Amino acid sequence: MDKKRRDFLKVAGISTLAGLGGTAVVDKIVAGASPAVANASTAAHAEKDTAHAKAPVAATGKRYGMVIDVRKFQNDPSLGEKAERACIEAHNIPEFPEKKDEIKWIWMTNYENCFPEKSQLYKDETTESHQVPVFCNHCDDPPCVRACPTKATFKNKDGVVIMDFHRCIGCRFCMAACPYGMRSFNWRNPRPFIKETNKQFPTRMRGVVEKCNFCAERIGVGEQPACVEACGESKAMVFGDLNDPHSEVRKILKENYTIQRKPSLGTHPSVFYIV
Amino acid sequence: MYDSGKIIPGLIIFVLFITIPIWYNHGDAGNAPKPELPKDAKSCVLSAEDMRSGHMQLLNEWRDEVLRDGDRGTITIDGKQYQKSLMLTCMECHTSKKKFCDTCHDYASVKPYCWDCHIAPVE
Ligand code: SF4
Ligand code: SF4
Ligand code: SF4
Repeated sequence: MDKKRRDFLKVAGISTLAGLGGTAVVDKIVAGASPAVANASTAAHAEKDTAHAKAPVAATGKRYGMVIDVRKFQNDPSLGEKAERACIEAHNIPEFPEKKDEIKWIWMTNYENCFPEKSQLYKDETTESHQVPVFCNHCDDPPCVRACPTKATFKNKDGVVIMDFHRCIGCRFCMAACPYGMRSFNWRNPRPFIKETNKQFPTRMRGVVEKCNFCAERIGVGEQPACVEACGESKAMVFGDLNDPHSEVRKILKENYTIQRKPSLGTHPSVFYIV
Repeated sequence: MYDSGKIIPGLIIFVLFITIPIWYNHGDAGNAPKPELPKDAKSCVLSAEDMRSGHMQLLNEWRDEVLRDGDRGTITIDGKQYQKSLMLTCMECHTSKKKFCDTCHDYASVKPYCWDCHIAPVE
């Protein structure tokens, strides 16, 4: 019996080694057999990486973005509420009584929550007392899209990060991946908590994630996003194509000093703030 | 055969039991559903036969075109433009989900999840 066990261990040990070595050898052979494929993919990756390092903005196609003038939100504190309401009404966003169930697409938050990387010691009075609107940044390199296993979250041809609710399985990987916390999960059936139903837009069901979609359904037919419209003439929020050098957003970006949220993460947000 | 006195009645009971659905309905498949058609609309986006057999594929195509490809082009019927939309096109003419969608879906015992999110017309 003893001898047998010894033999068994020997054979097992040798086959494990052979197996480990073997896969390495097989890998080598496979890599050697198809060098063109392997090279092409690494080259493509390398190219993509350098492209990101050099020019964060894609040169072709549309890339919708927004510029938020925080000063205007400070001058008129009602604007934040207006933008929130417009979004809630446009997208059938439920309003739950309990904070833990909350679904939010756009909301006002403290400066230090919006820009945690900025110096927070000895803030000036306006920064201390006023709030900043936050919503999905429609990142050019969105980590939520990379995390989503079903492609329910994806970047569309206009550079807008949207969701196909039909495909969402509620795994919430995207929520873990979004460094800005811009996504909400439907823990409960949202339907009974929708105050006024907008017939132009569907609701969601329990177990689905949702977030700002840059009003894809409105910009697709040439309208402005609901929150931008709600801010009206104040121009506190301006929407447009960042890839079009003649667009209004690009003009504003040229004339003002703007910041993005957590730029060091390399997500390349498409929402800019004038502070 | 041994025990034929037990086996044969047992078999008969078994056969009767698994055919319950047939004799319970008297061999009749029930009346074919009669979905109520819109009164004022004459033509649909496809012929009645194509809609009957393929409306689910069409809705999926519309969904993918509009949402994933951002192609919101309209469909023209009799000079009128229609969007690719369940809520805004189909249910504009078929104003009753109960009298239209549900009649066949109930009959065929299918439970599409469209209405978990899409809003049915008020009835
Ligand atoms: S802000 Fe978050 S949810 Fe929006 S695109 Fe970026 S990572 Fe995704
Ligand atoms: S919760 Fe939905 S959208 Fe988010 S990663 Fe999972 S499937 Fe994708
Ligand atoms: S762009 Fe549209 S979806 Fe996004 S916050 Fe504004 S109103 Fe809501």
